[in-house]
Amino acid sequence: MTTKEIFEKLKNEFNDDVISIFDDGMVSEPFITVSSKNLIDIMLFLRDEKGLMFDYLSCLSGVDYKENFTVIYNLFSIEIHHRLTVKVELPKDNPVIPSVELIWRSADWHERETYDMYGIIFEGHHNLIRILNPYDWEGYPLRKDYKAPEEYHGIKVPY
Amino acid sequence: MAERKEIEIDFGRVETERMRLNVGPQHPSTHGVLRLEVELEGEIVTDVIPHIGYLHRCFEKISENSTFVQVVPYIDRMDYITSMNNELPYVLGIEKLMGIKVSDRIESIRVIISELNRIASHQIAVATFGMDAGAFTPFLFLFRDREMILNVFEKLSGGRLLYNYIRVGGLLQDAYPSFKNDVLDIIRKVRETNVEIMNLLIDNKIFIERTINVGTLPADVAINFGCSGPMLRGSGVKYDLRKVEPYSIYDKFDFEVSVGDGKIGTVGDSYNRNIVRMYEMEESCKIIEQALKFMPDASEDVHATFPKKIAPKGEIYTKAENPKGELGFYIIADGKNKPYRVKGRSPSFVNLSVLPYISKGYMIADLIIILGSVDIVLGEIDR
Repeated sequence: MTTKEIFEKLKNEFNDDVISIFDDGMVSEPFITVSSKNLIDIMLFLRDEKGLMFDYLSCLSGVDYKENFTVIYNLFSIEIHHRLTVKVELPKDNPVIPSVELIWRSADWHERETYDMYGIIFEGHHNLIRILNPYDWEGYPLRKDYKAPEEYHGIKVPY
Repeated sequence: MAERKEIEIDFGRVETERMRLNVGPQHPSTHGVLRLEVELEGEIVTDVIPHIGYLHRCFEKISENSTFVQVVPYIDRMDYITSMNNELPYVLGIEKLMGIKVSDRIESIRVIISELNRIASHQIAVATFGMDAGAFTPFLFLFRDREMILNVFEKLSGGRLLYNYIRVGGLLQDAYPSFKNDVLDIIRKVRETNVEIMNLLIDNKIFIERTINVGTLPADVAINFGCSGPMLRGSGVKYDLRKVEPYSIYDKFDFEVSVGDGKIGTVGDSYNRNIVRMYEMEESCKIIEQALKFMPDASEDVHATFPKKIAPKGEIYTKAENPKGELGFYIIADGKNKPYRVKGRSPSFVNLSVLPYISKGYMIADLIIILGSVDIVLGEIDR
């Protein structure tokens, strides 16, 4: 299924929660933007609906745009062999999003990594702690306005 | 003569102690700087908590501050034993964004060296897995053969481990004149040794007893956990990106997707994950033979399609089948010469997250076997 067909199917089911579609027909990846409010239902629909069957979460990444944080889900269907990119935009002052860990278990570590790097809170995650950085690290390194600390436990950081 | 006393043991009162054991980060069986916090009930593993990040080198932050070309050497250092395979998806992604089409000779060389590197990676995987199970000789045989592959890479790129060979729009340099013969030599040797390894290790009764029915991963769980590569195929799922979404020129070649068949052991156990790697080496040999036939003989300028300026615009999720699984990059380019965001989706990172699930209830000695069968590289997990 193409992204356009999936968008229409989602729009019928969830009207206002499915916001927009980007598909310029060129090389750039087409994606669907949805709101974070009804995310769990949308993702469950994508996973279980006949004809969609996105049973495989390839990648989950965060991005720091100027206006907002964005969480990107790259889905793939091993059954039908088609792919989809879903984006969720979050406000900068309160980046909170429901966790999809219980839908795809691979989201577990990916969400921890996104939390670690961007400080995006995944509500409902069973163990949302830092994963790559030390557990007592301060700040979120991949934010564009991040400044490396002077020292960490007496070790100079920018050596 | 002393009278023999009957000793009565009340087995109801034998108690095992619950304890927490720290495995790693400096432990030969963890295949790198990985720390496992293991909870044991006697000798039975009740919980495993992996602690990672000891090798974190801020790949994603550094790539936001480097140009598109400068990112390639960092990608080499992600999975440092399969550098050629790592470069491929990133370079293909940038080329797709910029609409660059490279010649058949360049594509064939790319496929040949990625498949050679796949063989080298699987040789290490099988060798170290054998060593985890106590077999030392196969380790020596396989490392001896890997040397031949590294020699070819050294002749091509100058590096033995980190190559920076595949460039956006071409290669560092064209293949040298005797490249074809060298590769054919390697294939012959690999096949010879694989027969030996099958006799020595894979069909060995001790090895079979040690690895079958250990760490069984059912197919639906493997998909839900996002496992890929031999980990997923060992569970019987026919999923290989070279077949499912052919990239480069893989659609021109005829090969089989090997899956764990459960002829010995159960589908999805450590033994089947390992045997998939043995089968895949043979399939790689087949691909290389076809690619050598397909490759145009005449030497050409591999810099001809180099772009003058690399400043693409757009977003792309580009992925390729690494020896360990699906390696993906989510690249966001905003028209400048540096990427806005590069996210690396590394197969080992996702494959390792399933370890707590599959190792519960086994012995502590089996935990090492299971970890060996997952075949992780910490450089890629921590990035």
